[in-house]
Amino acid sequence: MTSGTTVIATSDLAKHFGDVQAVAGVDFDVCDGELFGFLGPNGAGKTTTINMLTGLARPDAGVIRIAGIDCSRNPKAAQHLIGVVPDESNLYPELTGFENLSFCAALYGMRQAQREQRARELLGMFGLRDAAERKFAGYSKGMKRKLTIAAGIIHNPRILFLDEPTTGIDVAAARQIRQLIADLSGAGTTVFLTTHYIEEAQRLCSRIAFIVSGRIIRIGTVEQLMRQAEGRHVVEFAVAGGAAGLCAALAGAFSHLQCQALSEGAVRVDSAEPVRIGPVVRFLEDHGGEVAEARKVEPSLEDVFVRVTGIEASAMKREKEKAGASA
Amino acid sequence: MKRWIAVWNILAKDMRSYYLKPPNISWGLLFPLAWTGMFFIKSGAELDGVRGLLPGLVSVSVLFGTTSMLAVTVTFEKKGRSFERLLLAPIPLELLMLAKTSGAMLFGVANAFVPILMAAFLTDLSGVVWSAVVPAIVLIAVASTFLGLFIAVSASEVFEAQTLSNFFRFPMIFLGGLFFPVQHLPAVLRPLSYALPLTYGADVLHAGFCARGQMPLGLNLLVLTAFCAGLFVLSLRNIRRKWIR
Repeated sequence: MTSGTTVIATSDLAKHFGDVQAVAGVDFDVCDGELFGFLGPNGAGKTTTINMLTGLARPDAGVIRIAGIDCSRNPKAAQHLIGVVPDESNLYPELTGFENLSFCAALYGMRQAQREQRARELLGMFGLRDAAERKFAGYSKGMKRKLTIAAGIIHNPRILFLDEPTTGIDVAAARQIRQLIADLSGAGTTVFLTTHYIEEAQRLCSRIAFIVSGRIIRIGTVEQLMRQAEGRHVVEFAVAGGAAGLCAALAGAFSHLQCQALSEGAVRVDSAEPVRIGPVVRFLEDHGGEVAEARKVEPSLEDVFVRVTGIEASAMKREKEKAGASA
Repeated sequence: MKRWIAVWNILAKDMRSYYLKPPNISWGLLFPLAWTGMFFIKSGAELDGVRGLLPGLVSVSVLFGTTSMLAVTVTFEKKGRSFERLLLAPIPLELLMLAKTSGAMLFGVANAFVPILMAAFLTDLSGVVWSAVVPAIVLIAVASTFLGLFIAVSASEVFEAQTLSNFFRFPMIFLGGLFFPVQHLPAVLRPLSYALPLTYGADVLHAGFCARGQMPLGLNLLVLTAFCAGLFVLSLRNIRRKWIR
């Protein structure tokens, strides 16, 4: 699907806020038509990077090229080529769905007949036709998210920036949105997606960058990243009795194991050598856990992410969902 | 052409969403009405004295009408992040902010004509130099709007913008020569008066309504224009520094 032409290129991109280095020397390229994922925990620098790429923030250093246009000094130069879906649904609460889309189209200079036709088309495409005349303030979270994405593509942008598009919405709406993103990418739109859902990135993206503390620590196709998990052995234990506490104790006792508490009832261990289940089960049971099941699992991108970043994916997800719920 | 479609639609949306809402229309009508009534009763003047009150009333109506609206159209939208949509639109920031503020300017000009219309029923307005009054009203509206913009960009909450506005608005009422000449102020306060845009606008209005201007008309309009340009440039600089940082 990609043409091989680079449409987003950054070189040594940096940004600080006071003492905090939000982005520190970020380099990456995104090809035309590619669905590129930017994966990292809260505060990793994902939104700051998007803001710099879209003209909402000025880089302290580095170069940004969008479709060959140098946007480092003139952030407005390529705004006609891009669409942006921010991490919060930020349309106008007092306008209806139709009015919101029509207004957003007008911001890109579309004429009335053209923008009304496009607004109707998108409302149909996103399953919002029946809500077209309702005020945005009365939409559900999922509907708001869909309309915000529709507003981001109202002018048929060549490049779409999506910042955490599925955070804080129900499973059904999230699935629909993922399908819409896949369809947009299939239609040739270059998509730059930030997410903290590893499985979402794995399912949708052709290439992924892991960003932590403002630095890209790995970048590659899903296959390239998964190679880092080759030769790894992963076993999941279903445990009753405080997985988080047991996990820490287990890691202390078995230094060759990387342990992760998936939830209150599950511990995941990852090792370069085959995991000997007996000693681990005995240890867990001796420390008050009741092991109901132990099963070998295929390593996933999540395991690669945890290994590379040292950040527990489940903790990252919980943190983000908490932030999404309070927003 | 594309840019002007965006500009017109920003203005039209603001008009529909904010300025033409019943609370704002009633505020725009009631506020000048209350000021006119209050000053007229307090002055104990004959009906002919209404004309002498017009420069002050017109200025106050414009000042309050414009500055109070910017806190909503700019600060509120910034807080709700819908302002980011505008910043992402492919139009220059200067044009964007002109579109965003032109509604307030029109609202201010409309507010200015409320006391004038009321006065037209009470007294004879023949002899008013409209060629001075109308440009002065427009320039006061523009300067007050850009003052409101400057305040709105400095604040992060609507209430903060409203409170901050009062620090500028109320001193201007007393120091700007609206209801009594600047020369009647204590000498120590007079330099402050000349640092306020409204002083120059009110002086033109005094000249236009009652032939009692203190400074040359051209100078007043020139200084007022300079205030408009200065406040706009300063606001743009603040937007770039604070909102596109």
